[in-house]
Amino acid sequence: MVPNLAYYLVLSGILFAIGAFGVVYKRNAIGMFMCIELMLNSVNLSFVAFSRYFNDTTGQMFVFVVMCVAAAEAAVGLGIIISIFRNRESLDVDDASILKN
Amino acid sequence: MLQTINLETIASYAAFYLFAGMAIGFAGSVVYQRNPLYSAISLIGVFLSLACIYVTLASPFIAATQILVYAGAIMVLVVFVIMLLNVEEDLLSTKRLKSLTAVGAIMGLALASQAGFIYYAVTTSLNRSATGGTATSQPTMGATQAIGESLFTRYLLPFEATGLLLLMAIVGAMLLSRRLSTENLEKVVEHERELRHDADFN
Repeated sequence: MVPNLAYYLVLSGILFAIGAFGVVYKRNAIGMFMCIELMLNSVNLSFVAFSRYFNDTTGQMFVFVVMCVAAAEAAVGLGIIISIFRNRESLDVDDASILKN
Repeated sequence: MLQTINLETIASYAAFYLFAGMAIGFAGSVVYQRNPLYSAISLIGVFLSLACIYVTLASPFIAATQILVYAGAIMVLVVFVIMLLNVEEDLLSTKRLKSLTAVGAIMGLALASQAGFIYYAVTTSLNRSATGGTATSQPTMGATQAIGESLFTRYLLPFEATGLLLLMAIVGAMLLSRRLSTENLEKVVEHERELRHDADFN
């Protein structure tokens, strides 16, 4: 007897909600980036839980792909953050609300 | 229905509540901390507690990958950028987007009701189905060998696509974050102009 699927889904939902709130609440781009990573992780948790409870490795494949996408996102996103910082000397997303520079 | 409570049950619930509590606490800390470095360290805590939960879900491969990729690679990159840019603490201004408060409240309510509906649907369907709600013990399911076999047979195309995506990300990141001095930039622009000029004539 182990905790059933709903426990993991509720935990995943709570983490996703915290991440979504953080994306709205945070002002600097790196904080928003970290909250997006948090949301990706909460989705990974629900994938792994489903994969466990339906005895199917497909969920773990999805997690693998999500991790690769997160790594790619980290590389490109941090590159964008660095170039924004170079141009505007600030990481506040409100300062970068106009794309033109 | 009265269930016999044995040591395994208590241990698995205790592990779940311990790591779930750690994950939620660290996640709250990610949002709460003003200093980006503190949020980054809290985020590493979230990743580690999620890795522990993956171990309890019989997915050791995913747990190891979680620690290697997230806590190892991505967070090192984030901390590196935080230190490189010397990010100042987050200051909250209250006047920001105040007009959208009502819209935000409505959309938050909609999201919360959706979450409630999904929770309701999942719990009722779990109670209905006989096998969906309980984990059947199949120890080879999360094993690295099974994952590797399906990764290179059934899921070969997504695997290749992932590799291509990572290559594109590397090239894009290099393009985005390189800095040219003014004379080098002028050289590049001049070179491009000559190329287009030649192309126009040919």
